[in-house]
Amino acid sequence: MTSNIRYKSRIPVKTEDSMEEKQYVGFATLPNQVHRKSVKKGFDFTLMVAGESGMGKSTLVNSLFLTDLYKDRKLLNAEERINQTVEIIKHTVDIEEKGVKLKLTIVDTPGFGDAVNNNECWKPITDYIDQQFEQYFRDESGLNRKNIQDNRVHCCLYFIPPFGHGLRPVDVEFMKALHEKVNIIPLIAKADCLTPNEIKKLKDRVREEIDKFGIKVYQFPECDSDEDEEFKQLDKELKECTPFAVIGSNTVVEARGQRVRGRLYPWGIVEVENQSHCDFVKLRNMLIRSHMHDLKDVTCDVHYENYRAQCIQEMTSKLAQDNRMESPIPILPLSTPDVDTEKLIKMKDEELKRMQEMLNKMQQQMHDKDQ
Amino acid sequence: MFFVIFLSTRGVFSGGSTLLGYIGIDTIIEQMRKKTMKTGFDFNIMVVGPSGLGKSTLVNTLFKSQVSRKSAGWARDEKIPKTVEIKSVSHVIEEGGVKMKLTIVDTPGFGDQINNDNCWEPISKYINEQFEKFLKEEVNITRKKRIPDTRVHCCLYFIPPTGHCLRQLDVEFMRRLSHSVNIIPVIAKSDTMTIEERQEFKQRVRKELENNGIEFYPQKEFDDDMEDKSDNDKIRETMPFAVVGSDKEHQVNGKRVLGRKTAWGIIEVENPNHCEFAQLRDFLIRSHLQDLKEVTHNIHYETYRAKRLNDNGGLHPISSNDTQESNL
Repeated sequence: MTSNIRYKSRIPVKTEDSMEEKQYVGFATLPNQVHRKSVKKGFDFTLMVAGESGMGKSTLVNSLFLTDLYKDRKLLNAEERINQTVEIIKHTVDIEEKGVKLKLTIVDTPGFGDAVNNNECWKPITDYIDQQFEQYFRDESGLNRKNIQDNRVHCCLYFIPPFGHGLRPVDVEFMKALHEKVNIIPLIAKADCLTPNEIKKLKDRVREEIDKFGIKVYQFPECDSDEDEEFKQLDKELKECTPFAVIGSNTVVEARGQRVRGRLYPWGIVEVENQSHCDFVKLRNMLIRSHMHDLKDVTCDVHYENYRAQCIQEMTSKLAQDNRMESPIPILPLSTPDVDTEKLIKMKDEELKRMQEMLNKMQQQMHDKDQ
Repeated sequence: MFFVIFLSTRGVFSGGSTLLGYIGIDTIIEQMRKKTMKTGFDFNIMVVGPSGLGKSTLVNTLFKSQVSRKSAGWARDEKIPKTVEIKSVSHVIEEGGVKMKLTIVDTPGFGDQINNDNCWEPISKYINEQFEKFLKEEVNITRKKRIPDTRVHCCLYFIPPTGHCLRQLDVEFMRRLSHSVNIIPVIAKSDTMTIEERQEFKQRVRKELENNGIEFYPQKEFDDDMEDKSDNDKIRETMPFAVVGSDKEHQVNGKRVLGRKTAWGIIEVENPNHCEFAQLRDFLIRSHLQDLKEVTHNIHYETYRAKRLNDNGGLHPISSNDTQESNL
């Protein structure tokens, strides 16, 4: 920053003071320009939802984005699920609001935690996230970088069942496997089966266990010191409320004379958007209205960079290893992740190696003959 | 002689026209009642399900006393054990002069691990061990007057209210154990579901149980007569019961009721419009308690006994250290 810093908060005002006008450069409009460009380009956001079946993941996603992404879904019964492994299913939807376009991708993980033996059931998920990083890495290192598609997962909502007394072993293992690859936001699912007291106890317990096991969930960035008090207060409340206890609903019910999204029970009506009923509004505000951009930034600056550094390190160490083994054909990192061509190239390498050996043998024989 | 008696009892029933005099055979019912009141009952109930589904709370609510293991020593923060453990707690409760020795067998660790393969084995082993104990006593030369009955009369299996369908673990457990013990599936913490969701879920669960050949209690094949069958059919149509448990009281309409207080209303445990706890309680305790014991004794125990005797080809009891347990 140069000495022009004094112009930071200047608003372009047509004053009669011609001297001030001359000193005004005008780059204070940069945020507006960026805003205009990004609105034209549109945003994209990839959200992953993970958790056991029946935690209300699809309902929550539909409630958050006011869409119906899961219309044609068929639920499998227990028998059909026996040999099912964890799948990764993507749903993409284009949402537009007030001229701003959002390409939203929801990554679903059906089958997670549903089997009797759930050892390493998170592996397909970590593999998927790594694949997206790898693809972006290759695109970034490639020649044509105009239309890079960013499929990296920006945020993972992890649904903790409200029935337990805290985190279960599978919850801990999942989060530990993913906390350095993606922003994890733990949620307490189906919170309408808990009384306010029980919610508080469960949240305290979950926070304690997250600390105990060293799980790095997504942290809200600190407020700038020049933000107003109200914002700071809201931010503080938000932080103390994690993990959010959420309820989702696809149905509209009549409550207190209004039509609201909710669940109708014989003993009362649970309103999804009522802050005293659940933390849905807080989650939505945080995810969409205030921290969407920060989630993307952290994914790019922290998780992706970690992956990239690790990847480069692995490649250079492999290269050094190969050089030490004196292989006649150096194996270079390929620029295309095409598995078939890689296999082909490997085969050809081995063929060349064999021919080289045969050549050496023949040369040796000729040499012996000569002698 | 028999014919005479038959006539006289008929005479007594049809308005007191005493043909030959009142004999008093019907007082045998009263004699039995007095005797059983003196000796008391044994009832052993096992609760199975992943941690946090409200098993202990439900048992406390059922018997209106702090009978679960968790109440005897505030172990709220205990860790999930690495393998399934079997822990039983006994209490003697009394009501209307009738004493009952109630044993609750808890199974902490069931379904809580990442890998739950064979987590039903410790439970199956425990049930068979109790059968074996009883068999040994029965086969003894000098038998006790009243063999202490530790056999599991009823197993409440807690299904998590996902709203979708049964999990693989549920099917595996119930399939393997429905032939050794009376399984009563219940949907735990059912205040998560609205009434429609609950009905759909129950239908799906019943269908899946049927498809997998799992017979829960009351089993169709053991219905004694038409009256039993029609009663039990009605019950089978409502099972699995969707329950909510609570040991806290709240004020509703001037009455104190057991329930759960949330920001949107109070869920009354004993209100049949809210959940099916009252039905479960009536079924389990008020109408079918004795039948549970009888089915356990006459059918499950006899199956075990027959298999054991066939396997050994003789009546000599084998020590419980023998690992050649019949795999029921």
